[in-house]
Amino acid sequence: MRRHRPIHPLPLRIMHWLNVIAIVTLIGSGWEIYNASPILPFSFPQWAVIGEWLGGAIAWHFAAIWLLMLNGLAYLIWGTASGHFRRKLLPITPRAVFDDLLAALSLRLQHEEGVYNAVQRLLYWGVISLGILAVLSGLAVWKPVQLWYLSDLFGGFGFSRIVHFAAMSGICAFLLIHVLLVALVPRVLPAMIFGGRVPETTHAE
Amino acid sequence: MTSPLDRRALLSRGLILGAATMLSGCNYDDLQHPDMADRFLTGMSRWNDRVQAALFSEHRLAPTYPASAITRPPRFNAYYDIDQAPQVDPATWRLELTGRIADKRPWTLGQLRALPQESQITRFICVEGWRVVGQWSGVPLGQFLRRINADTKARYVSFQCADGYYESIDMPSALHPQTILALDFLGEPLTAPFGAPVRLRIPTKLGYKNPKSIVAMGVTNVFPSGYWVKQGYNWFGGS
Ligand code: HEM
Repeated sequence: MRRHRPIHPLPLRIMHWLNVIAIVTLIGSGWEIYNASPILPFSFPQWAVIGEWLGGAIAWHFAAIWLLMLNGLAYLIWGTASGHFRRKLLPITPRAVFDDLLAALSLRLQHEEGVYNAVQRLLYWGVISLGILAVLSGLAVWKPVQLWYLSDLFGGFGFSRIVHFAAMSGICAFLLIHVLLVALVPRVLPAMIFGGRVPETTHAE
Repeated sequence: MTSPLDRRALLSRGLILGAATMLSGCNYDDLQHPDMADRFLTGMSRWNDRVQAALFSEHRLAPTYPASAITRPPRFNAYYDIDQAPQVDPATWRLELTGRIADKRPWTLGQLRALPQESQITRFICVEGWRVVGQWSGVPLGQFLRRINADTKARYVSFQCADGYYESIDMPSALHPQTILALDFLGEPLTAPFGAPVRLRIPTKLGYKNPKSIVAMGVTNVFPSGYWVKQGYNWFGGS
């Protein structure tokens, strides 16, 4: 009897979509919090933010952060323990990234079912790092006294806010590219929702 | 107060509904009539209070700064304009004491000034994200609580203000060495916009936890909440 392996195992799919809920809530409420005291010469439009006012935005932010942290931690542990990171996100060499990027930009890059190309791998590692940076710098902004070592690490309260904002911006940039890539290769989306099937020819173990 | 079990049930129910109603925008706009999202958020906020209480250390000091770092001119902030700050007559002002305090005799300004004073140059961080550095001096709250024989095993210290504002803090934060009943700001007696005649200065908490123009202080085990907390700000408000 042959058993089909899904392209994306169930735990990954659950964690991915929970993460989307957390990230969207955090970014939307974070923009409203930013608006209370902007560090750049602009504010986010009211239609784009979550939380009717600062108090509501903070409440959403500090609720969603638990989802992000617990779900993110689960993902890191699962990804390491199950060998998912080793199999799907590694190896990653500058050479491969360069080749795949060139191929992608000239629209020659083929999507191989169940395999992330080197550019994707780089993007995923990038957003994982940005997520960790956002959590750490956020903790530094939240508790500059009790978590003073984190605050010091990011150069004090003011710089922690800048780092936190930069991490958010990076995640937004990832999100743009990520969703654009999904739009270009839409057949990867059902697989991320329903699991998909690994084609048997490529994985005839 | 709800029991832990109620709260847990509420939380899991809230989690599901919170996710569902999240983007509909109905949050903390009318806490007199809380909807499911409000209940979920309030539950999470109480949880965050507990996490902050666990993170808090009575030995960890807020950073102090040199006089050159003091923000000038100082920044006024309140929920009203600067000319509407309450005018309190220092001659007739009394600090009323209520709750779990053995010696409830009210205090005059002169009596407070006669106590040993502490000065600090610390950073004041607003929940909005801005910060200023200022110098405050006054009576360390922990010493004062012991002097009036307050029950320092009680959970909360509450404050009533001349402008109707009210706030409350946890006892460990009240006993922190940098928590003071400030009488002076920038080397001069407090002026009306900055909380005359007495304000709480607590550099381990956010700005809204530093009530101004205090007229009464209480020690209690009944959650006293606060002006902004009632509207949705987190109660612990630690830094
Ligand atoms: C509506 C928004 C999103 C959509 C439609 C979406 C869709 C997808 C899809 C289809 C994949 C699989 C790609 C493939 O098989 O080649 C994927 C993977 C991934 N996405 Fe998203 N995504 C979204 C938001 C996010 C966000 C906000 C993040 C993180 C901040 C994120 C992080 C990731 C990561 C890290 C992977 C790789 C997971 C792994 O295999 O370990 N995604 N996404």
